[in-house]
Amino acid sequence: MVAKPGLDGHDRGARVLARCFRDAGYEVIYTGCHQTPEQIVSAVVQEDVDLLGLSCLSGAHRYLYPAVTKLLKDKGVDDVTVIGGGIIPEQDFQAMYDAGLKAIFVPGTTLETIVTWINTNVKPRA
Amino acid sequence: METTKKIKGGDIRAASRLIRNLEDRIPEAKTTIKHLFPFTGKAHVIGITGSPGAGKSTLTDGLIDCFRKKGKTVGVLAVDPTSPFTGGAILGDRIRMQRHAEDPGVFVRSLATRGALGGLAKAVGDAIHVMDVLGKDIIIVETVGTGQQEVDIINHSHTVLVVLVPGMGDEIQAIKAGILEIADVFVVNKADRDGSSKLSRELMAMLDMAPPSAFQGGWRPSIMRVENAFEPAGFGKALDDITTKIEEHYQHLVDKDLIGSRMRRKATVELNEAIRASILEPVLLKLLSSGQMEGLIEKVMKKEVDPYTVAEDIAKRYLEGCL
Amino acid sequence: MYFAKEVLESSSKMRQRWEDEVKKLVSKWADQKPEAQWSTVSDLPIKRLYTPDDIKDMEFERDISYPGQYPYTRGNQVTGYRGKYWTFRMFSGMGDAATTNARWHMLLKEGQTGLSTAFDFPTLMGYDTDSPKARGECGKCGVAIDTLEDFLVLTKGVPLDKITTSMTINPPATALWAMYCAAAEIQGIPLSKIGGTIQNDMLKEFIAQKTLMCPPEPSVKLISDTVEFGTLHVPRWNTISISGYHIREAGSTAVQELAFTLRDGMEYVEDVLRRKKLDVDTFAPRLSFFFNSHIDFFEEICKMRAARRIWAKAMTERYKSKDERSWWMRFHTQTAGCSLTAQQPYNNVVRTATEALAAVLGGTQSLHTNSLDEVWCLPSDFAVQIALRTQQLIAEETGAANTIDPLAGSYFVEALTNEMEKQAWEYIHKIDDMGGMVAAIEKGFPQLEISDAAYKFQRQIDSAEKIMVGVNKYVSTEKESIPFLEIDDKIETEQIERLQAVRRKRDSKAAMKCLNDLKAACKKGENVMPYCIEAVKALCSVQEICDVYREVYGEYRDPGLY
Repeated sequence: MVAKPGLDGHDRGARVLARCFRDAGYEVIYTGCHQTPEQIVSAVVQEDVDLLGLSCLSGAHRYLYPAVTKLLKDKGVDDVTVIGGGIIPEQDFQAMYDAGLKAIFVPGTTLETIVTWINTNVKPRA
Repeated sequence: METTKKIKGGDIRAASRLIRNLEDRIPEAKTTIKHLFPFTGKAHVIGITGSPGAGKSTLTDGLIDCFRKKGKTVGVLAVDPTSPFTGGAILGDRIRMQRHAEDPGVFVRSLATRGALGGLAKAVGDAIHVMDVLGKDIIIVETVGTGQQEVDIINHSHTVLVVLVPGMGDEIQAIKAGILEIADVFVVNKADRDGSSKLSRELMAMLDMAPPSAFQGGWRPSIMRVENAFEPAGFGKALDDITTKIEEHYQHLVDKDLIGSRMRRKATVELNEAIRASILEPVLLKLLSSGQMEGLIEKVMKKEVDPYTVAEDIAKRYLEGCL
Repeated sequence: MYFAKEVLESSSKMRQRWEDEVKKLVSKWADQKPEAQWSTVSDLPIKRLYTPDDIKDMEFERDISYPGQYPYTRGNQVTGYRGKYWTFRMFSGMGDAATTNARWHMLLKEGQTGLSTAFDFPTLMGYDTDSPKARGECGKCGVAIDTLEDFLVLTKGVPLDKITTSMTINPPATALWAMYCAAAEIQGIPLSKIGGTIQNDMLKEFIAQKTLMCPPEPSVKLISDTVEFGTLHVPRWNTISISGYHIREAGSTAVQELAFTLRDGMEYVEDVLRRKKLDVDTFAPRLSFFFNSHIDFFEEICKMRAARRIWAKAMTERYKSKDERSWWMRFHTQTAGCSLTAQQPYNNVVRTATEALAAVLGGTQSLHTNSLDEVWCLPSDFAVQIALRTQQLIAEETGAANTIDPLAGSYFVEALTNEMEKQAWEYIHKIDDMGGMVAAIEKGFPQLEISDAAYKFQRQIDSAEKIMVGVNKYVSTEKESIPFLEIDDKIETEQIERLQAVRRKRDSKAAMKCLNDLKAACKKGENVMPYCIEAVKALCSVQEICDVYREVYGEYRDPGLY
């Protein structure tokens, strides 16, 4: 699942990733922009996804990404890998990892890098 | 069984996990579905079909609103096609219904066809059962919408909506037979566009020409119009009308005692499918794992033997238990 | 005929000789890349050489002409940059109003000549800082403005009659412009003296930027209100900045940016004509545009020249405009954010510089240059100063401003300008056939074109068919670390306190009355601007005003095409 939490509407990256994931053989759901953490987590539960990718370019990731991971934890969802991307300065990376994100992909990352990372680190349940 | 209890208790996570396992053909899931089966059959299942771009998801989103206002809980199964090239799929219907994500009375689930034809995924039938036992009053199944063999939907639904849009090649002649015959309600969507009156007229003419026997229990499919989805008041009213019509249709089925025939059709299809799966899959699996398949393919390719003779031989050996 | 017959004959002979020699050499030493890859960043194929043949069908008066003369290929202003440089207008906003005010004064002191406001996401989307939707967003990508009080802090010490201000704001544009007008009033400046721009271009929101609120119809109605109000009361104000920048940032090609932007412009003209029954020349002179300046140097210059020609033709042929000021396509430019890289960020200074030069050679009226660190965060003082100096350097040192439209007459530039114009018209006519831009948006046409182009480009970067230095070629293993600007999270708490204090101190009954009056005006179809101005003076917040629009017009639901 590719999700855009918060008010940021810059969705070029999310849309490109959705197509890329389809081409990589994944089944991908894009939630669209302007999602609250609650909407995202609810969608994760309903769709039972293996991977959640968060995208935010407004600088609000510091609040939003941990809000999502905390909510997942509260709901007892412990088998979803969460990754993030967008405009995220390096000094914020550790906070994101501490919040439970397993990887952060900044601008300039190739699609291949992301797909390789996923194929290596995320085991589909089937 | 633990999972069964959870699903009967309304646990969405357990239901979603089960649907996933059914999609992935995990054997335990089959066991669970057996336990759930006796409790199915309560929900009103509505199928929505139509070409891509006809606006099915936007309509579904509106129908969710209408049913929720009436106090009904809603489950949605939104099916999208798996790419034959990559095996992946963009499940792009949910995005139009995401505003309901926090409503505990709504459960939206996306499914990829994973190669199945007929507009649905193989797991849809079972997924409907899961949502049924979960307690959803209404289950909306949205098909892929390739405009071709969309008729599978009729095997699972009480009420079928066929969505058409003027100017998209939906002229009656262009539509393969079957789609129009399965409709209980026609929805002419984006009816503010050019050609919508013509489309409505053509639909009406088609219905006028149909023999009375074509209308099950005397239900003549209605033609509903929906105009601009961006104009909230008009759109909301149109959707209220469609919801009412859907409920009328269900009542009609009840009154004319036709629920049974729909259920019989579903049971027939399910049984056929289950038998087919029970026999065909292990046979294919055995042939593949024992390495026989490769050799057989070679022989057929070289025209040393025809596929029909091969199949007869395999059937004989299967029945004799010496596959 | 653009060239004399003898010239073409002579050129033809020389060309033949040149082509033969190329063929010989290339058969021995192949070119570095295949033919198809010698193209612009938007995949427009470019020839190895341009010659008189490539522009032989041009007509001097019809196609090139003179500055300030139809079709304005060479520019609108007869004196060019000698009369006045383009405005150095740096898009800026960060944290709270006081912090932004400080940055504004710094930039003015360093020689910027116009202001440009970046708002934070809650403001852009019409939410107050204490809305649950706004959590974590306050001040992170622009300035947080909730009420007129904030706006007065933002504009403190800024002489609103002497300096023009652009505001990048879309659905809440009426509310923010109302604040600007109210602030001017408080400074004792009549509305007839204030100048600036509100972006206020909803069509591109549906297509690209996605700060969305109400459906297309009422959104365009609100825009018409601002155009009418500006025409009548604020004559120096540009009430729309019809934007291509965001369309390009979303991944479109240069031709798509050109076509969709100008077609958006035409849609607005038609709407105002239909809805407000104004004469086209009463409002068209104040329509302005906003383009991207991307990394392919010549493609951008040609795009801007083609844009002027297309607009002039549209205004005269489609709308029978009689006043030549309506035919001028005046535009602001921003260098391309999406061309910048996170890797080796100092390279971004060079990218911004060439993009800025392209905009100048393209004849922009106003320019923002991106800072080197914007792929990571809001620009630091250090980075923004370099960005501003880039413009000043171009103006004062490079000679680019010495002469008007220096590249006119170049076989290549004229040929590419023609080609881009031709392709843009094809898109424009296609959208015409769909029933106009609103209809095309409802069909998802521009959105899907952009998605396709964005995906294609990313694949080209991945396969190194297109190069981004530092990303897929000349990659360093060493990480360069640059200082990042941080917006303190406690700004959100402080802003909320300020907002709540305003709510406590204001006359609630008066505020409520203003909102009710606004609601009634919306329902009756009246121009909302006077009511907005009253509302902001009564200290109604951005969200309170926008909630009226949401209630009356409904909220837009994105059809989610991707």
